[in-house]
Amino acid sequence: MAARNWIFAVAVFLSLSTFSSAQDLQIVNAERRIDLSSHIVKAFLTLKVENIGKDPAADMLLAFPPTQIKNLAMVQALAVMGKKKKKNYLPLDVKPSEQPDAPNDAGYFLVSFATPLGPGETVTLEVLYILTHSLEPFPVEITQSESQLVYYRDSAVVLSPYRIKQQTTFFKTPSTRVESFTSVEPANRAGKEIKYGAYEDRVPYSYAPVIVHFENNSPFAVVEELVREIEISHWGSLQITENYRLTHGGARHKGVFSRVEYQSRRSISGSSSFNALLAVLPPRVNSVYYRDDIGNISTSHLRTGFKKSELEFEPRYPLFGGWKATFIIGYRVPLEDYLFEAPDGRRYLNFTFGCPLVETIVNKLTLKVVLPEGSKDPSAVLPFAVNQDLQVKYSYLDIVGRTVVVLQKDNVVPTHNVPFQVYYTFKPIYMLAEPLMLVSAFFFVFVTSLAYVHIDLNIVKK
Amino acid sequence: MAAVESLPPGTPSAMRNAFGTVLSALILVLIGVLAFSIRLFSVIKYESVIHEFDPYFNYRVTQFLSKNGIYEFWNWFDDRTWYPLGRVIGGTVYPGLTLTAGTIWWVLNAINIPLSVETVCVFTAPVFSAFASWATYLLTKEVKGSGAGLAAAALLAMVPSYISRSVAGSYDNEAVAIFALIFTFYLYIKTLNTGSLFYATLNAIAYFYMVCSWGGYTFIINLIPMHVLLCIVTGRYSPRLYIAYAPLVVLGTLLAALVPVVGFNAVLTSEHFASFLVFIIIHVVALVYYIKGILTPKMFKVAVTLVVSIGLVVCLIVVAVLVALVASSPTGGWSGRSLSLLDPTYASKYIPIIASVSEHQPPTWPSYFMDINVLAFLVPAGIIACFSPLSDASSFVVLYIVMSVYFSGVMVRLMLVLAPAACIMSGIALSQAFDVFTGSIKYQLSSKSKDDAEDNTSTKNAPKDDASSGKADKGEEVAKERLSKKGKKKEREPAEKPSVKSKIVKKKALVLPLEASIVALLLLIMLGAFYVIHCVWAAAEAYSAPSIVLTSQSHDGLHVFDDFRESYAWLSHNTDVDDKVASWWDYGYQTTAMANRTVIVDNNTWNNTHIATVGTAMSSPEKAAWEIFNSLDVKYVLVVFGGVIGYPSDDINKFLWMVRIGGGEFPHIKEADYLRDGQYRIDSEATPTMLNCLMYKLCYYRFVETDGKGYDRVRRTEIGKKHFKLTHFEEVFTSHHWMVRIYKLKPQKNRIRGRVKKLKQKTSSGVSSKSVKKNPWM
Repeated sequence: MAARNWIFAVAVFLSLSTFSSAQDLQIVNAERRIDLSSHIVKAFLTLKVENIGKDPAADMLLAFPPTQIKNLAMVQALAVMGKKKKKNYLPLDVKPSEQPDAPNDAGYFLVSFATPLGPGETVTLEVLYILTHSLEPFPVEITQSESQLVYYRDSAVVLSPYRIKQQTTFFKTPSTRVESFTSVEPANRAGKEIKYGAYEDRVPYSYAPVIVHFENNSPFAVVEELVREIEISHWGSLQITENYRLTHGGARHKGVFSRVEYQSRRSISGSSSFNALLAVLPPRVNSVYYRDDIGNISTSHLRTGFKKSELEFEPRYPLFGGWKATFIIGYRVPLEDYLFEAPDGRRYLNFTFGCPLVETIVNKLTLKVVLPEGSKDPSAVLPFAVNQDLQVKYSYLDIVGRTVVVLQKDNVVPTHNVPFQVYYTFKPIYMLAEPLMLVSAFFFVFVTSLAYVHIDLNIVKK
Repeated sequence: MAAVESLPPGTPSAMRNAFGTVLSALILVLIGVLAFSIRLFSVIKYESVIHEFDPYFNYRVTQFLSKNGIYEFWNWFDDRTWYPLGRVIGGTVYPGLTLTAGTIWWVLNAINIPLSVETVCVFTAPVFSAFASWATYLLTKEVKGSGAGLAAAALLAMVPSYISRSVAGSYDNEAVAIFALIFTFYLYIKTLNTGSLFYATLNAIAYFYMVCSWGGYTFIINLIPMHVLLCIVTGRYSPRLYIAYAPLVVLGTLLAALVPVVGFNAVLTSEHFASFLVFIIIHVVALVYYIKGILTPKMFKVAVTLVVSIGLVVCLIVVAVLVALVASSPTGGWSGRSLSLLDPTYASKYIPIIASVSEHQPPTWPSYFMDINVLAFLVPAGIIACFSPLSDASSFVVLYIVMSVYFSGVMVRLMLVLAPAACIMSGIALSQAFDVFTGSIKYQLSSKSKDDAEDNTSTKNAPKDDASSGKADKGEEVAKERLSKKGKKKEREPAEKPSVKSKIVKKKALVLPLEASIVALLLLIMLGAFYVIHCVWAAAEAYSAPSIVLTSQSHDGLHVFDDFRESYAWLSHNTDVDDKVASWWDYGYQTTAMANRTVIVDNNTWNNTHIATVGTAMSSPEKAAWEIFNSLDVKYVLVVFGGVIGYPSDDINKFLWMVRIGGGEFPHIKEADYLRDGQYRIDSEATPTMLNCLMYKLCYYRFVETDGKGYDRVRRTEIGKKHFKLTHFEEVFTSHHWMVRIYKLKPQKNRIRGRVKKLKQKTSSGVSSKSVKKNPWM
């Protein structure tokens, strides 16, 4: 098989470049389950790592091919502690890493063990990584009555700088309709699952490209740009405004859109389109609105709950492949749920990062935290790297302007919906600045008019 | 009250005056709040959104102004509309409204109040209706005192006719123009009463603002000369009249010529000639009065005969020149809309495009009751009150109401000009009636209770009447004298004193029995209550729908039809930014504003031929229509279709205008071809031309598949032709309730191949007929 020859060629080429740490570790067993059921590809990788060197190893590398590294939204690793019944997971520190002699522009993530791995010891790691924009529609354009077929390209074997003794890979497709998949023996398909492996004893940087061509009609909701603005008012509320630019990221719609077919034959017509979205909002949310540039959109439904609120809404029109829509969601939450005072006297906002829409990819997320006028020394604390910036915004009757902490991150998936904190110092006396200003302005107006009425400006006495 | 009055004059009366001033100021503030808040029904029931058609254009212009600044605005050539002609917006739009809203927006943002342009636009009209009611107060106060002023202001704050044009979101020229109109009239009357050049200058500036705001300024520049003429004819000429009029004409015309859309029209068109004619007359009259003042009566008579004979000759020459000038222009120098005002049948005869607009139709009787309600009954009483006594000011409002009644009878839209006049008249009537009734009640009560002090009553009655009718008036007067310190007292008093005196004299005669007055008072209050109820109902139910979103109340709750915005949003996000969209002109403004796409025609109907082209395309068969649209570079065609949900103002119902306007320019479209028994029908009786025209096809394409038989809910009939295919257009979007359907022009067929094929067929057939031998490769 051509593919197999190629793998060996790559393997031989890659094995020439060696790493000091790569020699010390080996992976005893690797099991990878790739979930292709939505457009966010989730890969669960279970690695059993053994230290075969002489020195304790403090960290290990995870390698990703260059096509994946740019679509990689998130990598998380957990160390499995304890035995079967009393299993618990310890989150490990994962950060991107540069290797000077990386073959073929492969990307790396460095996983630091909780405790250095002694010689001969093994540890089991659970790695989750999430890929976006990795399902390529084929055919690229479909009509209203067709369903959407996509390619997924990956390797049958796990790309790793370490030798892997034994490994299997499972692809889970959303339906049983699989047009084709590359066969790398042993590979077979059962129902919604395609199994590659088990493969024995692969050298470092083994690679076996596979293509899976299957049906995926899940909503490819991609937010091209999301700007969330969180405005803190110490008068008791947090106003959140979210500007969405949504697009259908799947196969482009071709030709006619027939409403009569869309309405009467809903099951087969426009199966890859979507017209309903779900946003998970905080509990105790109030004053929710949903609109766009030209006014209110009336198709939404809010359910409030104790743990979360759910906003079910429809864009103005159903979204077919390549169609776009923009809208704004705004809401208000009580301040006391999210603003706290740190032990050192500073205040901090504790809010959720990411996009409230369920199962969507955000290509570019800008989160702006507008601090009240007069606050100082802002600093943001996040569990992952983002671009940070400071701006000034002038809102109602501001004079010096409000400090805005701008957090910007690309390629955001729902797993990024984790709390973050923004610390700042604020003196409550500033709260009175604007009311006092108004009062003095009115006072001034009345005093002037009083004076004007009582002063005689006539030159000639009457 | 009696106790206060019996006290010696001095502090208590000053207190009373101050109290009256504060009270009327408070009432005015409340009236302003009322005027503003009664117009918010649309925001509360629907949403804060711009309404209808023209406001969308104004909104778009305001957006442009706020983004690019005033200089860019004057030079704005809009290439998004009237493709491929474009439109010079800066030179063809009345800029008053947009400049006003733009200034408000700019000021608010300068003090860091970040309201959006849309919000400012939505609330401009309610704010200005508060201003308008204050202006009405001022105007009526000048005519009949502050009691009448307050009543008129309260009436105007909620008159349905004005509400219909100024609800929140109705961002149209009329929103600010009515305020400008009333305020200009107020300043004119004020100048007339005071003779102050200061007010005359202000008047010219107010007139300038009116010219900026609305084409209806011609009403002012014709009404005021008429009033001046009336005053002169009735022998009421005074220097005050001269001060009130001459500066207005000179300054006003100069200022009006500054507005690009008016420009030299301010001296060239017939609408303005009346003012110049009266300008000449008032100078002649002023000269005559001056000469009369310096000559002895005998000499004067001689002079008159001399001047009249020469003057007549000069006048004849001038008139002849004017007539020749006017006659040389085809429409006699009048614009189409003005002509249709003078001759109500003009538009329907010559300009179908003006006639096709529903607001240019004459109103029906019920619409008077709907729009001004009980004011219609109070107006005659007000007119009578204005005649007793007749002053310069009251003769002006009488003239105003007479003229506006005529104009409102011609065009339903001008009901709006009638409304302030009706409010002023009714305010005067109500206030006078209340004066009489409360006065006689007081008189009867005091005469009953104080039988013993009979001599007191007569002395008391006079000051009391004076106080009750003009108490706030007097208070105002005192305050004003203190405030402005212009020493107008001298001019004012001679004008005022006789009227006050005559009032007192008349009041004494008008003492009614106690019971009758109480009953009449109650009836008046009931009338007022009925008016308020009607106004609130009109504001809440009749005039608040934004017309871009429709609602219907069904058994399972409110149902919203938001199809227009659905399809505009679709156009704006899913078509190329330079694509051209063809639709009937009604939807032009909305398409450019909401979908940001280039349109062929829009609601500014300046080019009849262009509109006729679109009308022709819509009424042509598919292929011919495709060719017309393709020649205009059109990519999408948008039609509005109400047959699924029963929305009556759709394109099929407007179709007769498309045929009529199209046929007016392109004679191959004949209205008779679309008519069966004089009616536009789309059922099985419809003519073949009708069933094959583009509009029919685009509206009813695949309509039959919705219910199986193609039942049109607007026309209440099954459609004539049910199953057909489109060859040159393809459906690209249909909104949820089918109200808007968008089609794309199919690309041109590959011409070379088609021609070769045809040629081949022809040659082959030709060959086969001539010789049996065939080329085996063909």
